[in-house]
Amino acid sequence: MTATATRRAPKLRTEQPGWFERRRRKAIVAQRPGSLVYAFLAVVLVAGVLPLYWSFLIGSGDSSTIADQNLSWIPAGNFIANALKVMNDPAVNFWLATLNSIIVSTTVAVAVVLFSSLAGYAFAKLRFRGSKVLLVFVIATTAVPTQLAVVPLFIAMSNLGWSGNIGAVILPGLASAFGVFWMTQYMSGALPDELIEAARVDGASMIRTFWSIALPSARPAAAMLGLFIFIMTWTNFFWPFIVLGPTDPTLPVALQELQASHFVDYSIVLAGALLATVPLFILFVFAGRQLVAGIMQGAVKG
Amino acid sequence: MTTSALRAKPRTPRRIAFSQKLGRWDVKISPYLYVSPFFIVFAVVGLFPLLYTAWVSLHKWDLIAGQGPWVGLDNFTFVLGQDQFWEALRNTLSIFLLSSVPQILLALLIAAVLDNNLRGSTFWRMSVLLPYIIMPVAVGLIFGQLFADKYGLINNLLGHIGIPAIGWHTDAFSAQIAIATMVNFRWTGYNALILLAGMQAIPRDLYESAAIDGAGRLRRFFSITIPQLRPTMIFVIITATIGGLQIFDEPTVFDQYGTGGADHQYLTLTMYLHNIGWQQLDFGRASAIAWLLFVVIILIGLINLAITRRIASNEGRLR
Repeated sequence: MTATATRRAPKLRTEQPGWFERRRRKAIVAQRPGSLVYAFLAVVLVAGVLPLYWSFLIGSGDSSTIADQNLSWIPAGNFIANALKVMNDPAVNFWLATLNSIIVSTTVAVAVVLFSSLAGYAFAKLRFRGSKVLLVFVIATTAVPTQLAVVPLFIAMSNLGWSGNIGAVILPGLASAFGVFWMTQYMSGALPDELIEAARVDGASMIRTFWSIALPSARPAAAMLGLFIFIMTWTNFFWPFIVLGPTDPTLPVALQELQASHFVDYSIVLAGALLATVPLFILFVFAGRQLVAGIMQGAVKG
Repeated sequence: MTTSALRAKPRTPRRIAFSQKLGRWDVKISPYLYVSPFFIVFAVVGLFPLLYTAWVSLHKWDLIAGQGPWVGLDNFTFVLGQDQFWEALRNTLSIFLLSSVPQILLALLIAAVLDNNLRGSTFWRMSVLLPYIIMPVAVGLIFGQLFADKYGLINNLLGHIGIPAIGWHTDAFSAQIAIATMVNFRWTGYNALILLAGMQAIPRDLYESAAIDGAGRLRRFFSITIPQLRPTMIFVIITATIGGLQIFDEPTVFDQYGTGGADHQYLTLTMYLHNIGWQQLDFGRASAIAWLLFVVIILIGLINLAITRRIASNEGRLR
């Protein structure tokens, strides 16, 4: 994408400018923006936070708070009580759901990173018959919707006796075409061929070369991929909702169950919605920088 | 992509025949071994189900009783003859348009603002990404109440400026706006960052020269940024299309019952598929819907590709 950007440069005045002229040009474009820009960004930030804060207000009240027309902007003191109700509701299985979500998301993230690094390394750096066709095939599969697979997967999982079991959610998550594509892109750009050749000349086997040379140098991309797959799996609802019952759910399935019961108390529902967000929020605080970098890198290379 | 590679040529003088043979096999077979975990899993959970869905769609097939007789294209004709299918298609397309168009415009704006020489740029970039970490089900639960017909915050605020309460759940168009808002809430910042990356890959001296030539901020944006951003735009629009047409989570939790509203006013194609397959237990028809959805995605994707190409290349010529 960077290459196309430079190639399609429009024709403009391009005679060699002097030092002073260069400074002047830079100054025009690179000046610090005015306060209006920050005000706009602050509005965007508030728009992102406001729904969460409002949920917190509702979640800090009781069942009547949702209908309060003059809702105070200062939270009442019931949030912990409501959170405890979510955690202890026998129909919701909150702790089991959290544990399941952690197991499923971690397993899928680790496996996808490993599979994708292996395949990405092969596609980017090794020459083998059929590699081009296979890679095009991988890219094409990213357009295939999950919906196209759920009926046979459900039949298969029922026959295996896996329905209702988190294994039925883990297995389909393992094949990530996005991951293979991502690692292929990264490895072909960031891993010098000389390094691989040097290792081979020194007598390292193929797998040794992958493990000791390719994988360590792809660590940043692998970490980002792991983060994304973790978030995607954590937030995934459609297939877990189909194959898992409320007795052994992941968090999104449990959350849906909170609202599906007969007497809905929205102070509890919204407290639950916030609780389910907490783990990813913690992740965001520590790895948000990497997430931003990952999205931006993937965009330029993809 | 595979610009260079290792070739199976003997580099060192001859050594023991066995280890050499082993090494050659290593070079030949390893690539296939490395790509095989992905392809094996994909064959089992991706390719096989894809083909099997086609097979199921040509049969009478009950969730519990299992495979019935071959019925040819009957499931397809049945589904295409249902009003609900067309309602669901219309709702899906409507929600998709209401979410993707404003979302990409807003994302462009945010990206253009982030593309300034900001103080604390990492903080601002992270701040636009915050909604992305909230799962769609939670977003749906929260916005379902923000947009509540009776007591919702939105209607409450509208009331303060003298606008009568809107039936966010009862009125079809309003409900679709509400659901589109959830999608926009979660994805605008994410797409803004992708577009920002595309913007930063544009050579700065283009802007500098244009500025010297007297092009103002807006002119620079429309004559340099937008055309240069074409590949990124195509990427964003295509991924938004594939994801947007599959929408299920947000409309499912938009109300307590998850059936797409009393008059199916926000029933989407995927919800319809789920309803036919797991409420009416008809897997044959559900499979037919899955294939029809796939066709819709491909069609809309191609249309979008054509539109994006045209827009970006028309604006690409500096006059």
